[in-house]
Amino acid sequence: MKKLFVITLALIVMATSGFAMRGSSGHVNILYWQAPSILNPYLSGGTKEIEAASLIIEPLARYDESGNMVPWLAESIPTTENGGVSDDLKTITWKIRDGLVWSDGSSFTSADVVFTHEYCTHPEGGCAQGQKFEDVVSVEALDDLTVKVTFSIEKPFPYGPFVGAQSPIIQKAQFEDCLGTAAPGCTDQNFMPIGTGPYVVTEFRPNDVISLEANANYRDSAKPGFATVTFKGGGDATAAGRAVLETGEFDYAWNLQLAPQVLQQMSEAGKGQVISAFGTAVERIMVNMTDPSPERGEERSTRAHPHPFLSDINVRKALSLAIDRNILNEIGYGITGKPTCNVVPAPAIYASTANEGCLVQDMDMANQILDEAGWVKGSDGVREKDGMRLSILYQTSTNAVRQDFQALIKQWWSEIGVETELRNLDASVFFGGDPGSPDTFQKFFADVEMYTNIFDGTDPEPYFNLWKCGREPSPENGWQGGNIPRYCDEGYDANLSELSKTGDLNRRIELSKALNDQLMQEYIMIPLIHRGRVSAHSNSLGGVVLNPWDSELWNIADWYRQ
Amino acid sequence: MFNYTIRRTLLAIPTLFFISLVLFLLLDLAPGDPTAQLPLTIPPEVREKIRLALGLGEPFHIRFLLWLEQFFINEPLHLLTELTGVDFSGDRQRVISWQSRSPVMDIVVQRLPQTLWVVGMSYVIGTIIALPIGIISAYRQYSWFDQIGTFVSMVGFSIPTFFTGVLLIVIFSVHLGWFPSIYDTTHVVTDWSSLIVQIKQMIMPTMVLALYNAAQISRFMRASMLDNLNQDYVRTARAKGLRENVVLLVHVLRNSMIPVVTVIAIGVPTVFGGAIITEQVFKVNGLGQLLITAIQANDIPMVQTLTFIFAVLIVLFNLLADILYGILDPRIRYE
Repeated sequence: MKKLFVITLALIVMATSGFAMRGSSGHVNILYWQAPSILNPYLSGGTKEIEAASLIIEPLARYDESGNMVPWLAESIPTTENGGVSDDLKTITWKIRDGLVWSDGSSFTSADVVFTHEYCTHPEGGCAQGQKFEDVVSVEALDDLTVKVTFSIEKPFPYGPFVGAQSPIIQKAQFEDCLGTAAPGCTDQNFMPIGTGPYVVTEFRPNDVISLEANANYRDSAKPGFATVTFKGGGDATAAGRAVLETGEFDYAWNLQLAPQVLQQMSEAGKGQVISAFGTAVERIMVNMTDPSPERGEERSTRAHPHPFLSDINVRKALSLAIDRNILNEIGYGITGKPTCNVVPAPAIYASTANEGCLVQDMDMANQILDEAGWVKGSDGVREKDGMRLSILYQTSTNAVRQDFQALIKQWWSEIGVETELRNLDASVFFGGDPGSPDTFQKFFADVEMYTNIFDGTDPEPYFNLWKCGREPSPENGWQGGNIPRYCDEGYDANLSELSKTGDLNRRIELSKALNDQLMQEYIMIPLIHRGRVSAHSNSLGGVVLNPWDSELWNIADWYRQ
Repeated sequence: MFNYTIRRTLLAIPTLFFISLVLFLLLDLAPGDPTAQLPLTIPPEVREKIRLALGLGEPFHIRFLLWLEQFFINEPLHLLTELTGVDFSGDRQRVISWQSRSPVMDIVVQRLPQTLWVVGMSYVIGTIIALPIGIISAYRQYSWFDQIGTFVSMVGFSIPTFFTGVLLIVIFSVHLGWFPSIYDTTHVVTDWSSLIVQIKQMIMPTMVLALYNAAQISRFMRASMLDNLNQDYVRTARAKGLRENVVLLVHVLRNSMIPVVTVIAIGVPTVFGGAIITEQVFKVNGLGQLLITAIQANDIPMVQTLTFIFAVLIVLFNLLADILYGILDPRIRYE
């Protein structure tokens, strides 16, 4: 019956437009080599779940491929100019599109938006997107299509709640009995959410495959182009690349972080193409400003003891100068990365140009700086001063590219008289945050460590907030906190607090660049590679626009078969 | 024999309890965190809330007892409800996976078909190939057949499945395009053409595993046949003028099967354990893949339940092998 309805609807659309019609492109196969386990992004913060869910449930506004915010379920983006954001920067009022319906046919109202907030902020729910609703005091429905969000503090960038793939709107009627501790019991709801998006789930097999069909109630009667979708999970990145680029079994493969020559070789088969887009991900080396030596006992890697030699800016600068970022990029990333000298390399308006010098490796300069600072080479070629040897423990997670980087950098550092011991740790332990483990990146029981971090959306303020004084992981706070280098500077914090009160975009850009430049010019972190998202699609799949700011499948309604 | 069976079964209960405790301790003490796989953009306060919502705030013994209750009382009651339609379970909490927030047993049931089809079929095929190879190899020891058989089983035994699997994919999927490299778990066999699709997608993973299984079993078969061929009773049988066929296939084979049958029986639980690597290579997404993703995500209820089910199967099939031994060999009776 449903099918019949779709067909009649499609016929009507065809008769009127004579062009595209819903489902006219047939079937599309999508492959995510990490399989989604649930379709409720509020119960799992994983990228795979967020992206899979984005086919079904949608936010009020999201980001397009260049990082601009576009209204999605909302009529427009509220700003201070159009009165949507109050002058005191404490409230934002969203107008919902008129006539929106859920896939079950009921109308979408502001009550659903209010409920979404209630669902995620329930104290016992363990909501994975809690940070999206930080500082939110209340979410009220002013009328059926108007929602007002009130914050406890000034929010110059009030686009956290209900914006982006991480905070889509869920249906009140469906999730009403799933609040708090009841949330995990709602298997049907979590596997088959009712949404406003282009697709509805017909079958969900956790960690395996999702079958979807076009939403008969989708707001654009000519979309989506594909009638059905198979969203398969499992395997590994190489196999996923092979299935799209070499055998052509699948139309779209996500996250192909493979060696550049492997991707090159695969795309030569001519069945598909590799696409990449750059968001905010930067592979960087974090410098420990505190003493990680085991003799410090309880005070190891805390601000009680500054690092014996890395607190000397000359050493940090020399370490950065000795690295050839172009070679690293060539070996590890190819077209999927570019060398960078900034921790915030994007969006373009926030990218500073003050640090480009780091792109050129300068061994002579590095050696000279160390010589002038009094670090003298000993008989074994390792520099020392006052009995302190430049001997570094360099840790990262286990990953082929990262180990290549470690080996190269160790070689370069040895050329400037720095001895390096390498260490790699299983990613689930390293990023695990288990306060009982000595090997987490937060504990940082090493001199330097390398990993990638990103920030959500396009506003870097929360990102800069990570490196605020007092946010460093320590035994007092159970080794939680984002200030991994244990950086502490009054000037930085002053700029940061100004940023949190500034609504004017130009001033925000200025301040952001200043914050970025301060971190870079003091070599608190040594950025290496600006990493892109890499995916592949078959030659016959049209309409794909790779979006590094939101879900990769954000515009699947526009996909079609060529 | 009956007494023995009862005794062994009763002994299995404390064994399994001990195993479940050890598993739980191992998982609990091992480093790792269920929120480790989440993006770094999720702040620590939120992570802590997630952990608490998963029940990690409770002390160890409470969580263990809770799991015991869920697994041994609530799950069977739920099964009973499903089977009879009468509500026995009420709103008793089942074992819930941390990744999908859904009952672990439902996912296990969902994964069984592909695992049994692919891994089970490979075990059957492997055994069917292995037995004749083992028999002929032993009977014609050092002939060219024996040499080739030895070579193939060495290859099957020593080359890892992640190599043979990928090799087959490169040859048959990428270059020849005969078989799919990705297994479609949603495929339903309804007629001849869909059966052919099913066979096509099963052929590569099944063959990779069958080669491995056949290699193992054929070596056992050969060794056991050789042992028996040199026995006095074989000479007697021949001296009595029995035909060679009868000597080989009735007298020698029956006696040689005794150790082989136990080896085969003990190997059956590995079928249910799935083939982690092969399932991953061909995207079969059976029980093996389920276990490995659960381990990676630190989904303790899932890992605990799966490994415990494997433990039960292993204990069960060991028991079965012992009983089979007694049936096949009348000299052996455990009294």
